[in-house]
Amino acid sequence: MSAVDRSRLPLVGPTPPFHFSAIHKDRLKNQLAVWTAEHRGLPVLNMMLVLPSGSAADFEGYEGLAAITADMLDEGSGDRSAIDINAAFARIGSHLDIDVSSDATVLSVSCLARFGREALSLMADCVVRPRLSEADFERIRQLRLTRLVQIRDMASAVADRAFMQLVYGAHPYGHMALGTEEALRQMTIDDVRRFHERIYTPSAATLVASGEISALELQQMAADAFGSWRASAASPLADPAMAPPPAEPAHHLALVNKPGAAQAEIRIGEVGLTRSTPDYHALIVLNMVLGGQFVSRINMKLRQEKGLTYGARTSFDFRRGRGPFILQTSVQSDGTADAVEEALREIDAIRTDRPPAQEEVEAAKAALTRGYTRNFETVEQVARALAQLVLYALPDNYFDTFATRVSAVELDEVRDVASRHLNPGKMATAIVADAATVGPQLTRAGLGEPVPLLPRL
Amino acid sequence: MNIPFSQFTLENGLRVILHEDHRLPMVAVNLWYHVGSKNEHPGRTGFAHLFEHLMFEGSQHYDKGFFHPLQEAGASLNGSTNPDRTNYWEVVPTNALELALWMESDRMGYLLPALTVQKFENQRDVVLNERRQNYENRPYGLAMMAIAAALFPPNHPYHWLTIGETADLKAATFEDVRAFFQTYYHPANASLVVAGDIVPSDALERVRRYFGDIPPGPVPATLEVSASTDAEVRLMMEDRVEFPRLYLSWHSPAIFKDGDAEMDLLSDLIANGKVSRLYRTLVYERRIATEVMAFQNSRELGGFWQIVATAAPGHTLTELDQAIDHELSKLLDEGPTADEVERGRVQAEAQFVYRLQTLGGFGGKSDQLNAYSVFLNDPGYFERDLARYERVSAAALHGVAKRHLRRDRRVALSVVPKGKQELALTDSTPASVA
Repeated sequence: MSAVDRSRLPLVGPTPPFHFSAIHKDRLKNQLAVWTAEHRGLPVLNMMLVLPSGSAADFEGYEGLAAITADMLDEGSGDRSAIDINAAFARIGSHLDIDVSSDATVLSVSCLARFGREALSLMADCVVRPRLSEADFERIRQLRLTRLVQIRDMASAVADRAFMQLVYGAHPYGHMALGTEEALRQMTIDDVRRFHERIYTPSAATLVASGEISALELQQMAADAFGSWRASAASPLADPAMAPPPAEPAHHLALVNKPGAAQAEIRIGEVGLTRSTPDYHALIVLNMVLGGQFVSRINMKLRQEKGLTYGARTSFDFRRGRGPFILQTSVQSDGTADAVEEALREIDAIRTDRPPAQEEVEAAKAALTRGYTRNFETVEQVARALAQLVLYALPDNYFDTFATRVSAVELDEVRDVASRHLNPGKMATAIVADAATVGPQLTRAGLGEPVPLLPRL
Repeated sequence: MNIPFSQFTLENGLRVILHEDHRLPMVAVNLWYHVGSKNEHPGRTGFAHLFEHLMFEGSQHYDKGFFHPLQEAGASLNGSTNPDRTNYWEVVPTNALELALWMESDRMGYLLPALTVQKFENQRDVVLNERRQNYENRPYGLAMMAIAAALFPPNHPYHWLTIGETADLKAATFEDVRAFFQTYYHPANASLVVAGDIVPSDALERVRRYFGDIPPGPVPATLEVSASTDAEVRLMMEDRVEFPRLYLSWHSPAIFKDGDAEMDLLSDLIANGKVSRLYRTLVYERRIATEVMAFQNSRELGGFWQIVATAAPGHTLTELDQAIDHELSKLLDEGPTADEVERGRVQAEAQFVYRLQTLGGFGGKSDQLNAYSVFLNDPGYFERDLARYERVSAAALHGVAKRHLRRDRRVALSVVPKGKQELALTDSTPASVA
């Protein structure tokens, strides 16, 4: 047994190139796109129906319509009740996952491969032939209204809403998928039916699948399950993500009062960039340095140096339209002003007096590229990757080229995107905390008088 | 269906389990220490978890934090503490296995020389903030503290939660760290899994090289305690919430013991998913609740089984209690249906196969192998684990439900909005939690 050299860390060898599974693309006669990426080894399967419309497509005054429509899909189909549908999924050890984000609605099933045909047929029943009955709608609406009330006590959810409202206002990204009480109350089942008719149409949708399945098998299964799906007669909507970006927020510091709160939930940020920005790869490298991983500047400062929080991070939420750049953390109440000041100082410093150093950038690029493979372990991860290609019109070889693209980012580019795309002077801060404790601190620290905010819920 | 492995024990007592899977060029390193909050004592609760934080603060030969070199090598990594064990893991590209072993072995062998009072105090502040964020500032976040304290007597190590009491965390001293490390953090109290893109003989040789000369300590004695409830306990607490919530809890079998899988399956058929009995009656038909869940909490010294239901606007916990009791009585009288049993079987099969997809991290194959290794001394338990679910019968489920789910043996906690004590179940005593 040779002794270990503990005087230096072992070197890490070169990273082998990553190859995403081959992607097969087909189309049914009704124009439904069908994409397959085989991922064999275990008898499992994931299938996702991807629709490029989400909560940003809610009509004004109808915030929450996309999400409640999606929620209604497995609440009954044909002569089967919600219970019958869910029992049918349960009998094959599966269920329908429904995810509504700002840009998309994604319906997903994971199942044992031998149940693939059945799972897809159940998904099609939900999507193509949902019952959308008045009684089910009333029940689901009531659950969602109750959820909205419950959220008032959840500091992190309130902070997310307050921040998006502050930064985006009436822009389609300014509200959350769950919507608002006012909008939910005035909605009717007819609104849901119209929205379903308009959005759930085969020519706009893509079925993606990964796992123990061939393209031919999926194509046949999809034709059987979705072949009868007829195109919507309604004209397609303009992409709401392309709405003009909102103006700079009217207020830069807002406080939601939670008397007696044990901590302060903080969100700081601004309108960021689209997924299609040519600066995408430089920005994700920048974010790794700033707040995108444990060893990033913001986390090291607020958690490891000052002990103010369990964690702090930043992210660029790249969407079809300009999604937010957000710093988020939850800190001890008496350290709120300190945390906000330090966070803004770090954001400012990375674009002025302490730009990213060569070694920070190299470390960030290595972190992003070396472990990239682990994002493609499960059939669900592979299917989600396909969904990204669909939603953001990325090339088929995107995942194979990711490491090369990131590695090619140069120090100057990272510094350049930091100075062009981070605007601490224009950023808005939303805080959910005990106002009596936190308000005076903020003012004393010279951060200004916080504007009281009641998020629309 | 199984997880093939080979197993070795180094001379210092470290258990080493190797699993080959070459689908992707990556390796999972997963290390369990058989210590958790169950090894703490009243007055010093929360220490095992605080100690876990210190393991990420650097060790003698690399004292610049644990994350830096590993994140730069493309690793994802984390650790966690629960009542029974503390786990640490890295998922690394194949070419960084050596680095992960270097780092894990350095903190197992040489943590203390790098620890300082400053690191200790900083991480205590971080943990206090973790407690505020995940418990104190979260709706219903303190409920589990009251329930644990009622289910388990003060001398039972499940009486407190892993996060610990604030006063105890503040009372912890830097001197406590050394004794804790020496008692629990040594090879004879640990189990290491290396899984993924490896050649087992080569991986074993490396593990031997890095861990082989770390001296063992005495293996801590196994705790022998039990707990039971002989009468119903009713508690209430006020919280900053809008709707009252009812928590019903019963003692149940320990992890992997007779009845554990059955209780797990019962939780699904009772309350998980729209087709479950309680969702159907409480949420779908009668609309007196907005959500309902059930869990089997499988632990080493004994489990507990729980139903949690939140009242819909205008409805009371008494209504919920009666409706739940009615459904439970029906189950205890008649047992589950053939359809429910079959559903449970196929769902278990699906869950077991899904789990095999992930090499590392919490709940991945490497973590699973270590659970079998540490709790059963049998890493090869996967097939028998699945068999526990596959062979279950309606009669077995029925019998286990009748044995454990007696109304006069439960702890019922009502969490009500501030100033609305009248919304609690009648005759509830205020629970005191810090």
